[in-house]
Amino acid sequence: MRRVAITVNGTRREAEVEPRELLVYFLREHLGLTGTNVGCDTTTCGACTVLLDGKSVKACTLLAVQADEREVTTIEGLATNGEFHPLQRAFHEHHGLQCGYCTPGMIMAALSLLKENDELTEDEIRAGLEGNMCRCTGYQNIVKAIQSAAGEMLPAGA
Amino acid sequence: MARLIRTEKEVEGKYTEQWIVVEEDSLDQWPEGPQTTVGRPAARVTGPARARGEAEYTADVQLPGMLHTAVLRSPHGHARVTRLELGPALEAPGVRGVLTPEECEHLTSEPGYPGEPVAAVAADTFAQAEAALARIDVDWEIVEPRLDPDDAVRREELIGEPQRYERGDADRGLAEADVVVEAEYRTQTVLHNALETHQSVCVWEGGRLTVYTSTQFIWGVRAEVAEHFGIPEDRVRVVCRYMGGGFGAKTTPGEYTYIAAQLARKTGRPVRCALTRREENLASGNRHATIQRLVAGAREDGTLTALGGEFTMAVGWDGFQSSTAGPMQMLYACDNVRTVEYGAKLNTGPNAAFRAPGFVEGTFGLECLLDELAAKLGLDPLELRRRNYADSDLVDDRPFSSKNLLECYRRAEPHWGRRDEVRARSEGPWRRGVGLASQIWYGAGGPPSYAWVRVGSDGRAHVITGGQDIGTGTTTALAQIAAEELGLPLDRVEISIGDSDRGPYASISAGSSTTPSLGPAVRAAAADVARQIVEVAAQRHDLEERVLSLRDGNVVSADGGSWGLEEITGLFDDAQIIGKGSRGPNPTGMRVLTFGVQVAEVAVDVETGEIRVERIAAIHDIGRVINPLGASSQVEGGIIQGLGHTLSEQRLLDPESGAVLTQTLDAYKLPTIADVPEIVTELLDIPDPHLTNLGAKGLGEPPIIPTAAAIANAIRDATGADVRSLPITREEMLRALEEARERERAVAGSAG
Repeated sequence: MRRVAITVNGTRREAEVEPRELLVYFLREHLGLTGTNVGCDTTTCGACTVLLDGKSVKACTLLAVQADEREVTTIEGLATNGEFHPLQRAFHEHHGLQCGYCTPGMIMAALSLLKENDELTEDEIRAGLEGNMCRCTGYQNIVKAIQSAAGEMLPAGA
Repeated sequence: MARLIRTEKEVEGKYTEQWIVVEEDSLDQWPEGPQTTVGRPAARVTGPARARGEAEYTADVQLPGMLHTAVLRSPHGHARVTRLELGPALEAPGVRGVLTPEECEHLTSEPGYPGEPVAAVAADTFAQAEAALARIDVDWEIVEPRLDPDDAVRREELIGEPQRYERGDADRGLAEADVVVEAEYRTQTVLHNALETHQSVCVWEGGRLTVYTSTQFIWGVRAEVAEHFGIPEDRVRVVCRYMGGGFGAKTTPGEYTYIAAQLARKTGRPVRCALTRREENLASGNRHATIQRLVAGAREDGTLTALGGEFTMAVGWDGFQSSTAGPMQMLYACDNVRTVEYGAKLNTGPNAAFRAPGFVEGTFGLECLLDELAAKLGLDPLELRRRNYADSDLVDDRPFSSKNLLECYRRAEPHWGRRDEVRARSEGPWRRGVGLASQIWYGAGGPPSYAWVRVGSDGRAHVITGGQDIGTGTTTALAQIAAEELGLPLDRVEISIGDSDRGPYASISAGSSTTPSLGPAVRAAAADVARQIVEVAAQRHDLEERVLSLRDGNVVSADGGSWGLEEITGLFDDAQIIGKGSRGPNPTGMRVLTFGVQVAEVAVDVETGEIRVERIAAIHDIGRVINPLGASSQVEGGIIQGLGHTLSEQRLLDPESGAVLTQTLDAYKLPTIADVPEIVTELLDIPDPHLTNLGAKGLGEPPIIPTAAAIANAIRDATGADVRSLPITREEMLRALEEARERERAVAGSAG
């Protein structure tokens, strides 16, 4: 067992973990943060995407011990004071979700993408999210949601 | 008074007769077009929970003391277990129980396909359960697997009886034809791959079993699990609050539910059994492959004189024959039709329903054949389809309850009319073209389904039904229907769904039936409440009931009086006004179907065989549209799944052992967000005047049906090549191009 201290959604969390424990299971099973979903186990579907020190990673590809002394943001950490993050609101309002299982990962991947560049073209959004799969294939509205949120996030980010 | 009637019920083209009880008062349909809430775009009522990561899927259910299961599955196509020693696994760290084939009929010692479950281990963690699996001592006697469907048909190793259908005289029809086309089409096996895998968590408490499960039919699971354990159905509670997709493969309990329930009983602990992605792609169902040997004959003017087809379906070790011949029998007014369907029993995973099973495959064959016929006749493909338009159902000789396919064709014209402009954009090796295909499918839904609605003193409504929302937006559509009937804004309607202990029976979510099955019951329940509110208001304010109605959260009278709903319901303090509603019967003696047409634009690189789908227009006739936003999203989803079916998805097997080579999502190619073309959706939104109090049909399946044929026909338009096999890989594309060149050379040779 290894002792880790990971700051999750702004709160420092210390725990004993198996060295083989994946970050996603640490989040889901140790911390009960089940918003981060598991879809494939092979780093293909992106349902488990979270931010590590502000950049998107697939939490099924990272060991919990690799996140030691680092900052992790999950979907549960996005809303502030109960208010939706603009991306969450946009995914809801633009119907960028169907069964919703891919949604948290999509939102986290989109957030990372918009942090890098908030003036993305549609093609850049599509290229940037190629690693996040939606099997209900609500892809069109996901693009619309991100475009709408990008507009909203721009003033705050500028 | 309750009225007992005998009526016909249909799910995915299978008709059964059953007794139902219906309410005396039937409601008139709302007028055509958008109402206050129904027919207007609504974001998901469950959207906030989903976007916050708060939606609780079965995958998220964590109960105190819950054990995790790993399942020993056969690595072989066909084998017999000659020794199974579970002792070492029981002694492994964390293990609390094991299950053998002797204890559970859903485990077997003669596995007939790779991935068939043999034994199971429950442990404190999934990692411990997996580690214990490796300690099981098992010897296999390997049997040579049967993998060739044609071979299975020759040997008469079949699932079910061959399905034969004939009307008129197909031989005579072919003899009378001016032009005959014959072709063999093949479709591949595809895998559902819902992002949430098949899974259940089971817990026994005081002789009652609670099953948290990812399912399309909580009442079906309840009945089957109760029967398995020999307990009354009311001792089983089935819960599915949120679900990460189904697509047809989650209609029965599945072995994982029985394993979890049995291990839970054995260990006295809650038990989770969740398939991994690899298990999902081995043993959770598939759309079976088909081989379709088809023939069509027509007169010079395009009138079809005969259609014929021999369909071989690679069903697998178990499963069912989907109706691959259905489109050929139903889509066109052809007097002479003969089909035969064989279901091959093979050492491959059992099939399961997958979004319009049979019709997706059969439409690919039929609609490509029609275009080959049009080319030979020198007729416009859209015109050929119009000339053979069916005014009534020729299979059962019944009128359609409503059919607006001609209007779909008319609305397709501007898209179809882009052909010259699209072709003109061909440049270099890239050839461009346009193709279309028609769609026919079921989607009536049917009884029984029930709903309750209660309105509290705060004037808010709560809709309760025991159905499930498999991710399609059912909850939102049902809330809209209740809001409309009660004259309430949508945000004053709550909805509870997905718990057999907390709501009345509701039907399966399969066969494009959820909205047309549950929606009318919800409207009836809301109308029951509305009637009571009006009665109360009339007595309270000394008015006649007929001058009162519910609008914008108020009770309004014809003379201008208006009272907030909560003023009326608030008379009762904590008490509630409660309504109930049931789904009435489908129209007697009529065929209720959905129709549509899709027009695809493609670009093909004739040197490399690369295919790009650039635009798809989808025009569908599904009766009244409840939520245009959810509906267009469903259409896009169906088309994009169809795109995967057409171009990239395929379960690959090792030809010797039958092992599945595409078990993970890096090997099995789903469409990504970067693969998607422009999609234009047009829904006619014409209520079916004969169908229920809504006139709404189902939409889940229609959009995936014509996509593959529309794309293949666009490829023919672009290149002159006949692709006849799915997925249209570069190899298939290059083969078809070479065949077309050879044909041209032969024509040039004979002309010279």
